[in-house]
Amino acid sequence: MTVSRRQFVSSVAGAGIASMAAPSLVFAQNSGPIRIGLLAAKTGPLASGGIDMELALTMFLKERDNTLAGRKVELIVADTAGVPATARTKAQELIEKNNVHCMIGPLAAFEALAIADYLTEKEVPTLGVAAAEDMTQRHPSPWFVRLTSTSAQCAYPLADYCAKELKYKKIVTIADDFAYGHEMCAGFQRAFEDNGGKIIQKIFTPLATPDYGSYVAQVKTADAIFLGTAGSNGFRFLRQFIEYGLKDKMAVIGGMTALDESVLRNMGDEALGILTTSWYSAELDNPLNKAFAPAFRKQFKYDPGYYAGSTYVSGEVLEAALKTIKANAEDKKGLMAAIRSNNVQTVRGLVKFDEFGNVVGDVYIRKVTRSDGRLVNSVIKTYPDVSQFWTYDKTAFLKNPVYSRDYPPAKNLEQ
Amino acid sequence: MKWIAAALLAGLLLLLPLFAGDFYINLASQILIAAIFALSLNLLVGFGGMTSLGHASYLGVAAYISALLTSRYGFGHGAAAIISIAGTIATAAFFGIIALRATGLGFLMITLALSQVLWGLAYRMSDVTNGDNGIAGLTRPMPFGISLDGAAAFYWFALIVTSIAFLMMAIFVSSSFGSSLKGVRDQPRRMAALGFNPWMIRWITFIYAGFWGGVSGLLYVYYNKYIHPTSLSTTSSAEALLGVIAGGSGTLGGPVVGATLVLLLKNYASAYIERWNMLLGLVFLFIVLVMPTGIVPGLSKLMTRLRRGPR
Amino acid sequence: MQFWIIQGLNSLSLGGLLFLLSSGFSLIFGLMRLANLTHGAFFMLGTYFGATALRAYSGLNIWVTALGAGFAVAAIGGLFERLVLTRLKTNPLGQVLVTLGMSFIISDACLVLWGGDSIPVPTPHNLQAPTRVLGFVFPTYRLVLVGCAIGAAIALYFLMERTRLGAMIRAGVDDRQMARAVGIPVSNLFTIVFCLGAGIAGAGGVLGGPILSAYPGLDADMLPLALIVVILGGIGSLLGAFVGSFIIGFIYTFGTALFPELAYIILFLPMIVVIAFRPQGLFGRVGA
Repeated sequence: MTVSRRQFVSSVAGAGIASMAAPSLVFAQNSGPIRIGLLAAKTGPLASGGIDMELALTMFLKERDNTLAGRKVELIVADTAGVPATARTKAQELIEKNNVHCMIGPLAAFEALAIADYLTEKEVPTLGVAAAEDMTQRHPSPWFVRLTSTSAQCAYPLADYCAKELKYKKIVTIADDFAYGHEMCAGFQRAFEDNGGKIIQKIFTPLATPDYGSYVAQVKTADAIFLGTAGSNGFRFLRQFIEYGLKDKMAVIGGMTALDESVLRNMGDEALGILTTSWYSAELDNPLNKAFAPAFRKQFKYDPGYYAGSTYVSGEVLEAALKTIKANAEDKKGLMAAIRSNNVQTVRGLVKFDEFGNVVGDVYIRKVTRSDGRLVNSVIKTYPDVSQFWTYDKTAFLKNPVYSRDYPPAKNLEQ
Repeated sequence: MKWIAAALLAGLLLLLPLFAGDFYINLASQILIAAIFALSLNLLVGFGGMTSLGHASYLGVAAYISALLTSRYGFGHGAAAIISIAGTIATAAFFGIIALRATGLGFLMITLALSQVLWGLAYRMSDVTNGDNGIAGLTRPMPFGISLDGAAAFYWFALIVTSIAFLMMAIFVSSSFGSSLKGVRDQPRRMAALGFNPWMIRWITFIYAGFWGGVSGLLYVYYNKYIHPTSLSTTSSAEALLGVIAGGSGTLGGPVVGATLVLLLKNYASAYIERWNMLLGLVFLFIVLVMPTGIVPGLSKLMTRLRRGPR
Repeated sequence: MQFWIIQGLNSLSLGGLLFLLSSGFSLIFGLMRLANLTHGAFFMLGTYFGATALRAYSGLNIWVTALGAGFAVAAIGGLFERLVLTRLKTNPLGQVLVTLGMSFIISDACLVLWGGDSIPVPTPHNLQAPTRVLGFVFPTYRLVLVGCAIGAAIALYFLMERTRLGAMIRAGVDDRQMARAVGIPVSNLFTIVFCLGAGIAGAGGVLGGPILSAYPGLDADMLPLALIVVILGGIGSLLGAFVGSFIIGFIYTFGTALFPELAYIILFLPMIVVIAFRPQGLFGRVGA
């Protein structure tokens, strides 16, 4: 299939077919707007996060009058429905039909993994949101960077904080039974046990769990329970946990999505005092976020969280890179190199990338408090420049298998 | 007249890659895969009167076996394909023995339950299946040394397989075996009295439908180069079933039309209409109210009425 | 000891929830021979109605809300039956298509109206404090829910066995032609029963809300459970739905606690066994 033949055929094939012709013909090189594709799950169980991703990115572009580095920008949003095969089709649509210059998203690890090799093959610069560890560890792609966090990256500081400052000795972990939950709990366990703590129980609940009662009743007595959950499931578990009167008996701590702002906005006083860890909080005290978070809240009536933050930071990183390469988005190699080499001030703080394309940035320990009548994640401690390898030796880290349900093995489980 | 239309359609299908962009060629490939899948399900639903809500099992089993053999155990695509199909047939034969004990809603539920068990295993046995991360980094086969990595090459490959599948299933339902299957669907007691073995007829159909489900599963995994437990989920089974019914069960064209409709709404219209799920639901309601037996039978009725002229 | 008591109570409360979910499905199938695949969506709609009402008016009583949501969902169900289903009485495949299609429409409409977040249904204030049972702590609301299910079962029993409407429904279940021949308006009966079934689902959605919360996908999580219960208990049998609910409650709760490895398939294995060896279910009279 050569371009010239297509050009010939499409020129004779008439108007009806011309709209189906390869879009590379319609848009000549280096003219027209920069096309950005956003893959977000706007329907299905992941819709909450996907909707926020779109809102924040749209807002980011609108603030800049849809112009980045002096060139107009067109945003094309595709709904992955939270299904891997659909994510792939939508990625193809953005690349082959809309001819995007770069891609932001998708949210879930299984969506990202379903399209990873395709994006690499098509050489599309991608600013990822999904947390799957190996995408920036054992199987990195030159075309992929991640500016949020790996599954475990934010869990290490919390484990450190629990062991050293809170002096917790025993912790129970619970998470959804999929890779994100496995990896986050594994990382938490590793850092916590390396500091003398013990994980005495690890519970993984299936994604479609009608009733959490039977799991809540299994939780063993410990200093705290760590929630490695995301979205509605963790929220439902936590509510049952409180109904069983267990929150008075042990502390609740959580990973970067467990008590996200999107969860908090539907909770009441029962959430007060819960500690979580994340690379972002709507309460962050930096000039960029002081502008972004209130503006977002003013427009949409709630605080931005993990998902809104992820695409907004993506926008900021992308804008900086486009400025470096003078908006020549057609130069994909240059764009990717600029993204990777820039250090950018964003709403989450300074974003740098390691050689695998994963972010090195501040991670915040946050506590749920009430402010102006609403629940917020106020920052109580900052761990600066956290890498995906934490304090471990990179080479040794990569020689180990990727984190999973059974790795590293849990040696301190109580029967 | 009919032959001209058929020839035009065949020509259009054959030459599509010459004038369409990659995205549309890929969309067409996906339609072909969905069409085989719907056709195979239709053998059960339309011709056998067995409403299955677990047909994704066979697509998933074939896809998973092929993915595992080629990516982890170093099998070539040819051997892997044969083993996957054999595995699918064995699964269908086994599931058939269990499922055919029930009829009606019971059959629907038991097929759903069996496929849910497979889905659960694919999720939970992450040592083997890689669980929720799915199996990535797969390759496409190279029949006779021809690479199928290009959109057009894969499309033609899928078109050949689909044509064979369509032909084979058409022969199946118009054969004497197909007639006895329809007999068993409509008059099981009479057929038994006539000396037929309804159970055996249903079982063979069940396995044959599973076989073609497996073939579509192979194409599916070749196309996506990735497999994930959602491919085994009730949702994928239900989508195919809805396509079959909407297009017209018990016809050969119906499943193809229905599968095309569902796929286009899901993968194409969704780019323009945010509320594509609602649209899908409304389209189903509309179809049933206007053409209760599906699009293809409804349209052919309309055509005959038009030909006879207004009354 | 604590394990068995707490998990036993958990099983009972899940069983109660399942009965509220599945009795309406069973009722509809019994009379109309219609597998209403919109049932999960009706349940979810009830939960969303409940969440909205109870969060907007903090003084509102959950029982009143359940009643109101029940009527609202019943009205939607009635319209659906009158406008669509009534044309498809002899077209089971068409019924599958429209009931699933309708559930797509409802769940997408819920996503538009309520967004993607999980919305909690607040537990009634006076039931928030946990109860002490034999020295163990257990959520009070869950115990009340078991009572609700038993109350609903008794009410349905009286409706079916002691009222004129119940007698007509039973006649219709036993022999539709005969019922029509003796002057029972079967068509109206269908609408009434469909409304009733949908209404119970809607009210059950509110009552289950404090445990489940309202979230996108609730419908898809609930529909298979309803199907499992009625298949196990025997389709169209209220007693079957009642016993089936509690059996599933026990199997699920103890299964996930004792054999966490099997959590994914624990609900489906017993169903496969039951259908394979007793296709009419535990209490069903005729094969489905």
